[in-house]
Amino acid sequence: MGTVTEIVIDLAATGVRTLNAALHEAADGESFQVLHPQGAHNVAVGITREVSVEVDGHVGYFAAGMHQRGDVTINGNAGPGVAENMMSGRVHVTGDVSQSAGATAVGGLLVVDGSTGARCGIALRGADIVVGGDVGHVTGFMAQAGRIVICGDAGDALGDSIYEARIYVRGSVASLGADCIEKPMRPEHLTELAELLAAAGRTESPDEFRRYGSARKLYHFDHDNEY
Amino acid sequence: MSENPALRASATFDRATIAEIQRAAETGIYRIRGWGAKRPLPHFDDLLFLGASMSRYPLEGYRERCDTDVKLGGRHGAVPVHLEIPITIAGMSFGALSANAKEALGRGATIAGTSTTTGDGGMTPEEREHSERLVYQYLPSRYGMNPDDLRRADAIEIVLGQGAKPGGGGLLLGQKISERVAAMRTLPQGIDQRSPSRHPDWTGPDDLTIKIAELREVTDGRIPIFVKIGASRPYYDTSLAVKAGADVVVLDGMQGGTAATQDVFIENVGIPTLAAIPQAVEALQELGVHREVQLVVSGGIRTGADVAKALALGADAVSIGTAALIALGDNSPALADEYAKLGSAPGYYDDFQAGLDPAGITTQDPELTARLDPVEGGRRVANYLRVLAMEAQTIARACGKSHVLNLEPEDLVALTLESAAMARVPLAGTSWIPGA
Repeated sequence: MGTVTEIVIDLAATGVRTLNAALHEAADGESFQVLHPQGAHNVAVGITREVSVEVDGHVGYFAAGMHQRGDVTINGNAGPGVAENMMSGRVHVTGDVSQSAGATAVGGLLVVDGSTGARCGIALRGADIVVGGDVGHVTGFMAQAGRIVICGDAGDALGDSIYEARIYVRGSVASLGADCIEKPMRPEHLTELAELLAAAGRTESPDEFRRYGSARKLYHFDHDNEY
Repeated sequence: MSENPALRASATFDRATIAEIQRAAETGIYRIRGWGAKRPLPHFDDLLFLGASMSRYPLEGYRERCDTDVKLGGRHGAVPVHLEIPITIAGMSFGALSANAKEALGRGATIAGTSTTTGDGGMTPEEREHSERLVYQYLPSRYGMNPDDLRRADAIEIVLGQGAKPGGGGLLLGQKISERVAAMRTLPQGIDQRSPSRHPDWTGPDDLTIKIAELREVTDGRIPIFVKIGASRPYYDTSLAVKAGADVVVLDGMQGGTAATQDVFIENVGIPTLAAIPQAVEALQELGVHREVQLVVSGGIRTGADVAKALALGADAVSIGTAALIALGDNSPALADEYAKLGSAPGYYDDFQAGLDPAGITTQDPELTARLDPVEGGRRVANYLRVLAMEAQTIARACGKSHVLNLEPEDLVALTLESAAMARVPLAGTSWIPGA
């Protein structure tokens, strides 16, 4: 720990295989700077070591996918599936991201300073996502566990078919998806929201948010359900 | 059945159809059941082998060598899965099946020198421990999906569809969402769980290319990537899977089983295994990768003859699911009294969704699951796998082949016009292949 040297990998000169192989074999505490990603896919995926990675530029699909330890910062925009199936650790995108951000993520924190496309937090399984801007349609689709914080507006069909995840929205909600309802903000929700906002480096007040979750009416097949 | 010959049953509204209308009117909800398509379909029974004669030289049964091994997935430099027999155990979930059943399948496959496959719900430690070769399914739901398990697997199978329900997601009813199943899937205990039909983070073949690349990155390219499709448009799906970088294509026909799906889906969506194989083989041949990208076929494999016919049509291996459960003890006549209590009978039981399986296979009930001894179950599965392999060898030797993979369409004829057209082999006694 406490290393002062930073390993620089220029993707224009190497490629993601070289980068990911180096990250998979890295020692805990090492730091990496990734240059010229130029929209490359699968940047910094499958990290299992306690490393710190900073990517300077835009990335394509699945950046920091299946992330397990350490932190990844992307100074730019990210394509679909950023931090998909993240297990723990932290992934931070300073720009905007495309669809399916944090899909099926189990643990850790995904922070997006900008906005996301559709299906942010789809099938979320326990991770936390904090979005500084807006989110697209069907955000939180079938989200099972975890928390999604949206500091801007939410698109159509928010929380469609949601299970036990909790969604906090500061701005407007275009429409709610099947079985998603607004729920009261109790003290414990204000507390956890404050913690999430602080962890993401946000300055919004928890009082400005509303909470959404499952009505739990689709949990059992029933002829009165509207599918 | 009525003994009165004056009473005439309707062929259109047969007794099962009438019963289903009555059931639907009573409950207001579609029927969910297990098993695969039960309707009559053109199948391997409609094909026959042409044994060796003057123009072909047979091999001596039991004496001359007839190999059965096959390697799956070496195309892109991964360590291939080396099977001693070309018959694998298909993906079935812990959740749909009991932990003992999953362990027994792993034990049986290992004894027989072949692979078994996880399913929707993730990898259990018992399954990994007792499966020398384990294929890890990567499904739309991602229930239990864990990159550590990906790395522990011997291959990854990206599931796009299933023969019993191409285009449909999974179901696991609340009776089977036990505390352990719920925890593995991150779901509330006892709910009726729906698995999605689409992957959450990609759509279409171009995205699949990137997803396969990601899985290779995460596993450092060590293990093969399979792509499983439900048979509906196998020519196009196989072509696109190969283009996306699949090492192996797994093709599941509509006779393929399910633990819980709408009956209307099982019986009306997808195409028969017999019709699907030639389309997939054609795609592989056109791309110049037949035998380089292996084709694994499932859906209604019951006998060594079925295995041999699938291989002769161009498959590199087959998978069994329903047959493996039967080998484990499913639908056993010894359980007749217990099936009767459930309103069923040996040979008919398909309520795998209900979690009440007296054989202890498709249930999470601790008392029922304890009935299945995984060691004895593994022995039975291994015995059955051996019989399948020996039967396939018997036919291959009769056709003069020193390896079961040397069987070819030229060894086959069809009994019906439909099967001749689907399998693209001549009607027996003629040189006519309808549609060729």
